[in-house]
Amino acid sequence: MKRMKLVMVGNGMAGVRTLEELLKLAPDMYDITVFGAEPHANYNRILLSPVLAGEQTIQDIMLNDVDWYSDNGITLHLNKKIVNIDRLKRTVTASDGMVVGYDRLIMATGSNPFILPVPGKDLPGVIGYRDIADTDAMIDAAKVYKHAVVIGGGLLGLEAANGLKLRGMDVTVVHINEWLMERQLDKPSAKLLQKSLEDKGLKFLLQKHTAELVQGESGRVCAVKFKDGDVIPADIVVMAVGIRPNTALAESAGIHCNRGIVVNDTMQTYDPRIYAIGECVNHRGIAYGLVAPLFEMAKVAANHLAEFGIARYVGSVTSTKLKVTGIDLFSAGDFTGGDNYEEILLSDPVGGVYKKIVIKDNKIAGAVMYGDTVDGAWYFQLLREGRDVSDIRDHLMFGQSHVGDLGHQGQNRAAAMTDEMEICGCNGVCKGTVVKAIKEKGLFTLEDVRKHTKASSSCGSCTGLVEQLLATVLGGDYSEAPKNKSMCGCTDHTHAEVRAAIRDQKILSIPDVMSTMAWRTPNGCASCRPALNYYLISSWPGEAKDDPQSRFINERAHANIQKDGTYSVIPRMFGGQTTPDELRRIADVADKYAIPTVKVTGGQRIDLLGVKKADLPGVWQDLGMPSGLAYGKALRTVKTCVGSEWCRFGTQDSTKLGVDIEKALWKMWAPHKVKFAVSGCPRNCAEAAIKDVGIIGVDSGWEIYIGGNGGIKTEVAHFFVKLKTDVEVMEYSAAFLQLYREEGFYLERTVHYLARVGMDYIKQRVLEDEAGRKVLYERMLFSVQNETDPWLDRTEGGVGKHEFEMLTA
Amino acid sequence: MTEWTKICNVTDIPHLGARVVQTAQGDIAVFRTNGDAVFALHDKCPHKGGPLSQGIVAGKTVTCPLHGWKIGLETGNADAPDEGHTPCLQTKTDDAGMVWLSLSGVPAC
Repeated sequence: MKRMKLVMVGNGMAGVRTLEELLKLAPDMYDITVFGAEPHANYNRILLSPVLAGEQTIQDIMLNDVDWYSDNGITLHLNKKIVNIDRLKRTVTASDGMVVGYDRLIMATGSNPFILPVPGKDLPGVIGYRDIADTDAMIDAAKVYKHAVVIGGGLLGLEAANGLKLRGMDVTVVHINEWLMERQLDKPSAKLLQKSLEDKGLKFLLQKHTAELVQGESGRVCAVKFKDGDVIPADIVVMAVGIRPNTALAESAGIHCNRGIVVNDTMQTYDPRIYAIGECVNHRGIAYGLVAPLFEMAKVAANHLAEFGIARYVGSVTSTKLKVTGIDLFSAGDFTGGDNYEEILLSDPVGGVYKKIVIKDNKIAGAVMYGDTVDGAWYFQLLREGRDVSDIRDHLMFGQSHVGDLGHQGQNRAAAMTDEMEICGCNGVCKGTVVKAIKEKGLFTLEDVRKHTKASSSCGSCTGLVEQLLATVLGGDYSEAPKNKSMCGCTDHTHAEVRAAIRDQKILSIPDVMSTMAWRTPNGCASCRPALNYYLISSWPGEAKDDPQSRFINERAHANIQKDGTYSVIPRMFGGQTTPDELRRIADVADKYAIPTVKVTGGQRIDLLGVKKADLPGVWQDLGMPSGLAYGKALRTVKTCVGSEWCRFGTQDSTKLGVDIEKALWKMWAPHKVKFAVSGCPRNCAEAAIKDVGIIGVDSGWEIYIGGNGGIKTEVAHFFVKLKTDVEVMEYSAAFLQLYREEGFYLERTVHYLARVGMDYIKQRVLEDEAGRKVLYERMLFSVQNETDPWLDRTEGGVGKHEFEMLTA
Repeated sequence: MTEWTKICNVTDIPHLGARVVQTAQGDIAVFRTNGDAVFALHDKCPHKGGPLSQGIVAGKTVTCPLHGWKIGLETGNADAPDEGHTPCLQTKTDDAGMVWLSLSGVPAC
C-alpha cells in the first residue's frame, strides 16, 4: 500500500508527542515531514526556566534529538518557516520556496508572547519569553547589564524574574493587578508568595500601567515609563503578559480561527484533512497553555490519524505549580468562591502556610495552597473525579497523607529529602536517580518514571513521593494520571466501562470483550487479560468459562511461584485449626519430596517452600487437604483467636464463627486478596482491625469492621454494623464481599474500593436495603457453589495436566 | 544442515501458552500463539532468570512471571526501556502438526 504523506507545521512538544503516539499505533502508515521554525530539534519548553536559572543546560532539556527523527524515518527541516498552505493542491510552502505535498497536515504552530502595544516595544533589549533564543538573550544580557524589568506577574513572568535575579541582575516585576498570579492565586496566598520572592531580592511594582519603553543613547531600551509618570531604569525588558495562539498561517489558509485554530473533539480543524494540536488550538472555547492537556490532545489526534477513530478529547482541568526553587505553590480549579461556594481555610502567615479548599455541592471546586503543597495532587484528583467529599470533610484540610508509610524512612515530603535518600524501598531507587531520569530522559508521567527507573513500580507505596518529584521538576506541567484511567495500553476503556459492558451486554468470553470493545492488541496483555477473566467469571458464574491462560501463573498452577522458579504450597486450615493427623501428613510430605523449608505463616497456617512444579500434584494428593488459595486473588485466611471455648476473657466463640465463615466462602475469587479475622472479645487478639472484614465479639453480639489493611499503608478498618447472631454476621459480611466482588476493579483491595464508593453507599446497599442484601448473599452462595477445590481437581480429574508435565528432547 | 528433534504435537501446547522441554542445554520454553505459530526460547528471563514458560503470552510476547519484563518471542529481546536478550531456537511445524526443535543449529535470534 502506498504510504500517505503527513506534514507537520511546527516542531514543539505537542506536535512531536502526536508523532510519537502515532508511531506507536501505526508505524508504517505515513511518510512524515516536519517543519520547525527554530534551529533546534524538540526540546522541553517548560524547563526553560531552570535553564535560565542556571540549574540546567539546553542539552539537559532536549526531548528528541535530530537522530530520533532519522531513526524513525521522519524528514526534519529546521530553520524553515512555512509561509503558505494551499488547501486545494494540498501543499505547504516554506520561506525558502520549498514546496511539499500532504495527505494529512498537522498544525502545531504553538503560541506567541503577547507584546504590549506601547511606544518602544520594538527596541533592542525588549523580548518575550518563549524559546531558546529568548532564554539565550536573557542569559547574555545578564552578563553585561544591571537592570531588568519583567512586565507581567504571572507564572512565566515570575520564573523569568527569578532566573534573571539568580544571574545577578537587579530585577523589578511590573504587574497591572492588585496581586501576583491572580489567575492562579487569591490575594492572601499571593501576598505570601510576594513576600518570599522579595526575600529572594526581587522588587515588585503592582497596579502599575506601562506607558512607554524609553530608548537610550546606544539605541537600546534604557527605561520603563509608567502612566503615573514614574520611570525606572531597564537594560532589558521581558514581556510576559500572556500568550496568543499563533494562528496567522491557518487564517491565511482560510481555516476557521477564533482566538486559536478551532478544532472539534477529534482535533480536526475546519478542513478535515488538517488537524491542529497544542497551544495554537481553541477547543470548546479554551486555549490551553500547559503540557498535560496538550499531551491528551496528542493522543486523540494520533488515534484519528492512525484511523482508529475512537478517541475524543473533551477538555482538561488544569493545575499549576510555580517552578521557582524553594517556593511551594499549588493551584487548581475555581478557587475564587462566591455565592453557593463554601471555603475551608487554613492560614498561618507567620509560618508561611496557606491553604484554601473551595467546595460546591459537596465537591471540591478548586484549591489554592502555599507553603505546604503535599496534598495538592490528592485535592486535584478529588476535583477531577468529582468525588463527594461530605464524608471526609472534617479532615479534608489535613490531607490524605497520600504517601505510604513504609520503605522510605517515614519521609512524606520529597522536597525535604537529599539526593542520596531512598525513594523506592522495593527497588532501591534514590531521589537523585529519579530526578535525573525525569530531566534527562524527558519523563512526564508516573508510568514513564516507573518504566525507566522502576521506582514505584512494585508495591507502589512511594507513588506519592514520585508524583511530588514530577511536580517539583516539571511544575504543573506533568501529566498526572488522567481522571478516567484506561485499563492498560490495549484499550481506552476504563475498568468501570469494561465491567459495565460485560454485565449489561452479557459478554461471556475474553475474545468477545476484545472485539466488542475494540481492543487494540490481538490478545490483550498481562495486565488486562487477568482482569477480564475475573470480570467474566464474577459477572457470569457458571456461564462464563475460566481461561487458565489468562491467569497469572500462581492461579494457573495453584501454587505461589518463588524467585528460583519453585513453588510454595499452603494447605487450608479452617480458622487456623489443625489436627495431629494433618500435621503428620505435612511432615511426611516434607520428607518425601525433600521440601527445604517449612514455615508458619502470618495467617495461621503452614507453608511448604521450594516445591518443584512437577511435584505439585503429588504433594497435593499426599497432603489430602484443600487448597489454601494463598496464591490467589481470593479468600486467604480467616484468622481467629481461641475465643470463649478456652479463653478466660472470651465473650464469643470466635473460632467456630471463623471456621464457619471460611468453610462457606473459601472458594470465592475476588478482585484482590481478601483477609478475615474474628476476635472473641475487644482485646482483639486476632488483629481484626486491619483486615478486609474484621469481626469482634462483644458480650451482646458482634461488631463488624470493613476495609482494613495491614500492608504497605496500614489502614484501620471502619466500623460497619453491630449484629446479634452468627447467622447475621455470615449474611452481612458475605453480602459486603459480594458487592465488592461485583463492583471492585481488578487488583483493588477493599480499602481502596471503600474509598472509591464511600461507606454511605455500602451501608445503603447492605444495611438499609434488606432485600438487596439477601440477593447479594444468594449470589455469593450461588457463585461459590460452582467452584471446586482446585487441588483435588488436579489430583483426581487431571485438569490442566500439561501444566505439570515436562517434555524431553 | 539443521538437525531437527521432534517435541510434541502442536495441540499439546495450550493456545497462548507454553510447554517446557528438558534438554542437555537446559530448559527450553516452547510457546504457541493464538495463530498457532510456535517459538522456542531458553526458559530464562534476561533480568533475574525467571521461567518465561510460566508467563502470560499475548500476541508475540511473553511477560515474565517474576517481575513483569516483556520478552519478544521472535527476537528474544526485552521490551524497552528494559534491556536484555534471551537466546531463541529454530522451530518448525510439519503437516501432521508435529513441532520440531533445532537444538544444535544456528540460534534463531
